[in-house]
Amino acid sequence: MSEISSDAVKSPGAISLEVDDAVFAVDHPVRDPQALTSALLYLDAITVSFDGFRALNALSLVIGDREMRAIIGPNGAGKTTMMDVITGKTRPNTGTALFAGINDLTTLDEAAIAQLGIGRKFQTPTVFDMHTVEDNILLAVKADRRAFANIRWHRTAHESARVDELLERVRLKDHRFRRAGDLSHGQKQWLEIGMLLAQEPRLLLVDEPAAGMTDQETADTAVLLKEIAKTRSVVVVEHDMQFVRDLDVKVTVLHEGSVLAEGPLDQVSADPRVIEVYLGR
Amino acid sequence: MRGGRLAALASGLGPLLLLALLLAAPGAARAQGTPEAPVTPAVPVTSGAPPAVTADTGFAAILGKFSTDRYADTAAALAELATSPSPQAAAVVDALADGRLLYDGASKAVFIRTPAGAIRDAATGAPVASPPVDLSPVRANNRVRRAIEAAMGALSLLDADADRRREAAAAVFKSRDPAVLPTLDAALAREGVPQVKAALAEARAAILLNSPAAPEAERLSAVKLLVDRGDQEALGLLRTVPADAPAAVKSAAQVGIVSIERDLKFWAVAQNVWYGLSLGSVLLLAAIGLAITFGVMGVINMAHGEMVMLGAYTTFVVQDVIRSSAPHLFDWSLAIALPAAFLFTGLVGVVLERTVIRFLYGRPLETLLATWGVSLMLQQAVRSIFGPTNQEVGAPSWMSGAFQVGQMSITYNRLWIIVFSLLVFVALLLVLKRTSLGLYVRAVTQNRRMAAAMGIRTGRIDALTFGLGSGIAGIAGVALSQIDNVSPNLGQGYIIDSFMVVVFGGVGNLWGTLVGAFTLGVANKLLEPFAGAVLGKIALLVFIILFIQKRPRGLFALKGRAVES
Amino acid sequence: MNRTRIIDRTGGIFLVIVLAAAVLVPASNLLLSPTNPLHVPDYMIPLLGKYLSYALLAVAVDLVWGYCGVLSLGHGAFFALGGYAMGMYLMRQIGPRGVYGNPVLPDFMVFLNYKELPWFWLGFDWFPFAALMVLLVPGLLAFVFGWFAFRSRVTGVYLSIITQAMTFALMLAFFRNDMGFGGNNGLTDFKDILGFSIQAPQTRLVLFVASALALALGYLICRALVTSKYGKVLVAVRDAESRTRFLGYRVENYKLLAWTLSAMLAGVAGALYVPQVGIINPSEFAPAQSIEMVIWVAVGGRGTLVGAALGALIVNAGKTWFTGVLPDAWLFALGALFVVVTLFLPKGVLGLGAQISGRLRRRPPVPVESTP
Repeated sequence: MSEISSDAVKSPGAISLEVDDAVFAVDHPVRDPQALTSALLYLDAITVSFDGFRALNALSLVIGDREMRAIIGPNGAGKTTMMDVITGKTRPNTGTALFAGINDLTTLDEAAIAQLGIGRKFQTPTVFDMHTVEDNILLAVKADRRAFANIRWHRTAHESARVDELLERVRLKDHRFRRAGDLSHGQKQWLEIGMLLAQEPRLLLVDEPAAGMTDQETADTAVLLKEIAKTRSVVVVEHDMQFVRDLDVKVTVLHEGSVLAEGPLDQVSADPRVIEVYLGR
Repeated sequence: MRGGRLAALASGLGPLLLLALLLAAPGAARAQGTPEAPVTPAVPVTSGAPPAVTADTGFAAILGKFSTDRYADTAAALAELATSPSPQAAAVVDALADGRLLYDGASKAVFIRTPAGAIRDAATGAPVASPPVDLSPVRANNRVRRAIEAAMGALSLLDADADRRREAAAAVFKSRDPAVLPTLDAALAREGVPQVKAALAEARAAILLNSPAAPEAERLSAVKLLVDRGDQEALGLLRTVPADAPAAVKSAAQVGIVSIERDLKFWAVAQNVWYGLSLGSVLLLAAIGLAITFGVMGVINMAHGEMVMLGAYTTFVVQDVIRSSAPHLFDWSLAIALPAAFLFTGLVGVVLERTVIRFLYGRPLETLLATWGVSLMLQQAVRSIFGPTNQEVGAPSWMSGAFQVGQMSITYNRLWIIVFSLLVFVALLLVLKRTSLGLYVRAVTQNRRMAAAMGIRTGRIDALTFGLGSGIAGIAGVALSQIDNVSPNLGQGYIIDSFMVVVFGGVGNLWGTLVGAFTLGVANKLLEPFAGAVLGKIALLVFIILFIQKRPRGLFALKGRAVES
Repeated sequence: MNRTRIIDRTGGIFLVIVLAAAVLVPASNLLLSPTNPLHVPDYMIPLLGKYLSYALLAVAVDLVWGYCGVLSLGHGAFFALGGYAMGMYLMRQIGPRGVYGNPVLPDFMVFLNYKELPWFWLGFDWFPFAALMVLLVPGLLAFVFGWFAFRSRVTGVYLSIITQAMTFALMLAFFRNDMGFGGNNGLTDFKDILGFSIQAPQTRLVLFVASALALALGYLICRALVTSKYGKVLVAVRDAESRTRFLGYRVENYKLLAWTLSAMLAGVAGALYVPQVGIINPSEFAPAQSIEMVIWVAVGGRGTLVGAALGALIVNAGKTWFTGVLPDAWLFALGALFVVVTLFLPKGVLGLGAQISGRLRRRPPVPVESTP
């Protein structure tokens, strides 16, 4: 277990959600002296093949601390596979994947990576349908994840406060006792984002958050994500160009498993290669 | 749209039925029967009429000994008869055995009374118009009876029927009675059928091998002949070579023993592989329908074994009807049962899909439970109608018998079932890949909503697919009725094995099912000599449990995105 | 979420009934005259005790199926292993009263020319050791099996099929004479348990009460587990396994704990079953038995614990009645039960009320399960 995560366990809630500059000042993560890189996420020459098909081909990507990045690319460009590699679901055949400069993501499983501080939102909203909205958040709140510890569990004041705060944040306070399965699609998307925030991750991977949302919900989601990115790094995979424009961040274009172009959206969209494979279609 | 769907069904099922019919046709099968050349012995041998006209004096002298009424003379005469070339010898020995050999105390003439009561001259076989009045039977005691048996054995080496000659040669090979040697030589000299000739030569070698009187060269060639025979019996014989045999013979026997043992080991493995292939074909038949319902549709059909059972019972009913109304069609019974079983179990499958399974798509565990319930009901229904005992299902003539390949024996029913299972496999592959039904099936299983949007009636395709899987289970039942007990529990024995095969091979992959079935079949039979049947099976189950841990999606797993959805 | 109350209304009623039965059934048997319509006759006592041990088994199955989404088709194996551990103790208690009069070797071993007791029979003459084995043997098997299966992420139908393969393999093994467990005859002809005759009505009453207490205790343990945050995580695993994993929970450990505990409870149920039925043989390992257990749970109501126990009682009482009145119809009835419950009663008998009122309020039906 890395120093960073054990630190975080000792002081739960150190990374507050409230947009409060004082809190940010306190909680600037100190760079580990042993870190090999200053980047929060460092992917180098990652290759993944399925039965000869190269889903990722020598992919390299660097995400800085508290950076927001949008990733675009046509279907089959390797976006989901890249997320699988970062979260430990898929093991790369070759390549380096470092988190916070010291944690080798290629050797850890999903649970360990999640506990390190990487949260992932799926393309289709995945929440615990049979649990209440409140329980969904509570299960995600950063706490001891071990089985035996959770048999003897009692809710702490801190946990109650966190749940209230997060429900407020994702605008589900009024739905607190509804079953999550009964929520609308957009509400489920937000609930899942709320669960992610409850984990207090340092890096959020968000897969098509705007899919299936109304225009208003899409715009709200962009605001929410930008706000989140003030305190942590966020990687957004998205097809919706308007949404990417709203985010107004650096864009990485994936194509056939590698990075085709990187830069501001306007610059990227002017790149003839990008136009050819993606935008020009 | 309706016509199109029917055409899809017809084009889908047509090739399957055609292949099934072709396979089951008895005419095609019979052409492969054992080649049995007409028997043409070099010298015509007769055991009854027409009689030979002349009798040589030597034979008359032998016959004379029967009239002395002394056991010792009778036995001696029998020994001489055994080597006599006379065509009447066999008739005389037969008559003596049945107490029909008579002699006239006054004239010392010997006669045979035919079973019908007529009296014939023993030497010529000619009818005697006015036999002497007081004829006495030649008596026999135990010693004489033994001599009769030996003489009969020797004489049947000269029988008119090639099969009997071969049997006699095999008997001599076992008894190794040196006294038969002269007859054997005589028989060898005139034998025309190569197989019988070989058997006679082997019998001769068996005698010569341990006969100290035989020249060394003869004994060496006997060893060589036995080594060529190469089976367990030859091995046993070579081991009996006595210590006082010439050194050359002993060392040749030693070398022979080693080489036979090596060969036998090879053949034992080959035989087990054959048994394994046979078991694999049974597994393939049982699992292939499941590969459709489970592998393609994702439906866990626990009643699959019962579909197999229904197919077997269809065979029973078809044979029953044929026996009572058209016995001459019996060799065609399987050909008739195949389409009948396919249609009947296919229909049961369609009904099952429409009434139960379609409400449970996407809930595999519930499907498992519901179909288990259906399986219980089907079992009990069959038990109520036909009773709990095994039903007799006969084998057409072309399914019975066996032939030898080297040192292993291959039965026709197993051979045909292997061929049949492969044909069913190919037919199914063609249905899925080449017909419109197959196209619709693949479309629906890959993307139900899109298929529906394209105008495919997904409900009907589901029913037909399930019917196809069930129908194939039914024709598997026809085949399995030939090698397994047809009872209400028939299906229970196959369901776990079938699931193992499909899961091991990889769900959704017919080739995986093929490879899985034969791999598990052969592995099971190769394990048996070491572990025993039960432990071998347990070992295999444990292996599969561990295998699924390593490759949860089986041998030929689909990889990548498709798996996740 | 505060921690849900361990004893809710349904559970409370259930516990009261079980404990009342533990008192009233013996009282009725001992105090009322046999002519009284409320008298429970002697022959009923072991029968009721058997039902209670089945109910405990059903609770164990429900813990893993209802809350964890693991449909076990092999719980019969854990039940039978617990039963065999108890059976081995009971065999050793026969002592020299066997047909062959051997003071150490059970009859079947004498018959099979055993010269001495196999090593795995040692210690079973001592009740505390046997009782420990009742828990440990099924628990260990489940732990090892689950360790591999859950770590390799075998789920859904595949997991069900390999649990079935497990119990099938064990059945084949126990049918072998040289396994040292009595082959297909199994273990039977028991005489004493803890010094009391196993045939005596008083002993049977005590066994009945023990079964009732074990059921109540087993229910409470499972209920405490599923109402804790651990239980919420289990349900989360059932409904969205990968989401739970990406929240940082080690799903395999959660499953393994419930799975192993469930196997141990099944073992206890088996150990209570054997002295009341008087025999244990390899047919208890048959896959069909294990599938039948699942239907008890489904009939009563999956994921409710109380429903599982209720289902076991309903189905087994029905079985006793049918096999007495219409033996041929039993398999039809059981088969139909499987179909009807899965099609029309996704929440079982216990959920029937809610289902009806839910339909009246015209709410859309709730998917019971979303396992792919």
